[in-house]
Amino acid sequence: MASRTQSTATQARSLYRSLLRESNQFAAYNFREYAKRRTKDAFREHHGESDEGKAKGLLQKGLRELQVMKRQTVISQFFQLDRLVVEGGKTGKQKGDRNDIMRVKDQG
Amino acid sequence: MSNITPSTARQVLRGCSRSISSPRSLRHSSRVTATLPQRCNGRRNYVSETKPANATVSVDSVIKADHRAFLNQTGKKPEDVEMNRTGATADAMMSPVAGILKQATVMDEGSRPIYLDMQSTTPVDPRVLDAMLPFMTGLYGNPHSRTHAYGWETDKGVEAARQHIADLIGADPKEIIFTSGATESNNMSIKGVARFFKRSGKKNHIITCQTEHKCVLDSCRHLQDEGFEITYLPVQNNGLVDMELLEKSMRPETALVSIMTVNNEIGVVQPVNEIGKLCRSKKIFFHTDAAQAVGKIPLDVNEMNVDLMSISGHKIYGPKGVGACYVRRRPRVRIEPLISGGGQERGLRSGTLSPPLAIGMGEAARICKEEMDYDTKRISFLSDRLKNGLLAMDHTHLNGDPTRHYPGCINVSFSYVEGESLLMALKDIALSSGSACTSASLEPSYVLRALGNNDEDAHSSIRFGIGRFTTKDEIDYVLKAVTERVSFLRELSPLWELVQEGVDLGTIEWSQH
Repeated sequence: MASRTQSTATQARSLYRSLLRESNQFAAYNFREYAKRRTKDAFREHHGESDEGKAKGLLQKGLRELQVMKRQTVISQFFQLDRLVVEGGKTGKQKGDRNDIMRVKDQG
Repeated sequence: MSNITPSTARQVLRGCSRSISSPRSLRHSSRVTATLPQRCNGRRNYVSETKPANATVSVDSVIKADHRAFLNQTGKKPEDVEMNRTGATADAMMSPVAGILKQATVMDEGSRPIYLDMQSTTPVDPRVLDAMLPFMTGLYGNPHSRTHAYGWETDKGVEAARQHIADLIGADPKEIIFTSGATESNNMSIKGVARFFKRSGKKNHIITCQTEHKCVLDSCRHLQDEGFEITYLPVQNNGLVDMELLEKSMRPETALVSIMTVNNEIGVVQPVNEIGKLCRSKKIFFHTDAAQAVGKIPLDVNEMNVDLMSISGHKIYGPKGVGACYVRRRPRVRIEPLISGGGQERGLRSGTLSPPLAIGMGEAARICKEEMDYDTKRISFLSDRLKNGLLAMDHTHLNGDPTRHYPGCINVSFSYVEGESLLMALKDIALSSGSACTSASLEPSYVLRALGNNDEDAHSSIRFGIGRFTTKDEIDYVLKAVTERVSFLRELSPLWELVQEGVDLGTIEWSQH
């Protein structure tokens, strides 16, 4: 019994890390921040889950979300937009000749 | 942020590095065989002499050599050849360094405004898009086709979506009619009920409210031309409907009362439960435009005694171009359809459904139900932060009732500042002074005027919409920007100077011209 609980905890930790890693891959700022925050809050909320069955269910849900996120982060990276004004970062222009980021033009 | 693209490129490279043989290794091996015989004269020798210059690889010359080899082999330039299935060019495949440098895009000079206009529309949740994509690619059947599997699979998806929407408002899935949006739902409900009653010729009176959305008011105006009597109820100073006045306005020939749940401009929550009870006791149908309320505050159509409800897809992080209308079955609400045709959706709204949109809306509704507690807590936190920050400034006030209020919509008046010029000054924030429908005109909002605000106040108000994807950093940025620019604009204003001197603006007699 003890080993089974432990394995669930290990699984949860591994899932948590993959979810966070995947969240970081969203190109859109708002989705990225939401995914990170939601992942953290969800794991914090169910931190002390002692019911084995419930924990398994939550893990399954997390895995489903991870799959969704894997697909959606790729899509997000294909259709990148200009950064938001709140995002910090280096300054300069888009380098290379891809020119695939849609920029906002100041129309006056 | 900027490390995302290289990491994608690296992944692609890792996946495909085995599919193309490196011309460099070929070249090296041929040189080795060529040089061996010359040096083999008794003494044991290395293939080439060891010196530091040989150990360092000049990336540029290697890349150049690679490109030459590729050109010789294929007759094409590597940058013109696109590799199968990856979208990356051949030069990126051959020499990761060059490829990554070329693919590396530095995304910065952020200039996209912050989105704080969640009442006009919301971004599509990635989870919603994920549910929609299969139905935009492979599963393209017509959900009304009953004769083949293509139809069955989309029909199953659409019915599941209907179930999710029904769950969100506590209805039966059979009572949900998919439409093109809340505007169509409002038109369908108001005109449908009115025209049905007109046939029997008994009831010809409709009650609505002055702060309703344009599409409700316009539908009523249209019915006025058809011979209906409409009562436009005034609202109190806090934006709420006066229940006594509503009861007094009800007549025996009243067919329908239409009052929205959450106002789109000031965010007040009308006492829908009481209105529903009153209408039910007088056997009047009650329609509510809940486009701004569904998925944001808990709703139950049976508890509220609502007979017709309009729902919008794009206000709940779903796709645009889809909405739903709740039409009660027991007691049955009979309406005359606006659109006639093949009899889809119980004959109330003919025309083929759009499975991706309907399913997207269903998924959005499911997520809203699941996340409602979490989102409400988060939005209230951000809303309090913004509201307290804005109201801490001088001469600002919140429009609408402060307690019966949906936290995601904050409408604040900044006195002595022109709302439109403040919007211009806040170009880095996507805001609006009222509903999107009226944002093209410079007229002050009719909702704020209905509250009894004077034109100046109505002119100087701005609506802030907070949603699921708004972050704390954004709120802090907005607070800082608004505070700075309001005080800047006030410094320019002669009125502000007078106010600072203690002159009451109401007492000034302006000279006529």
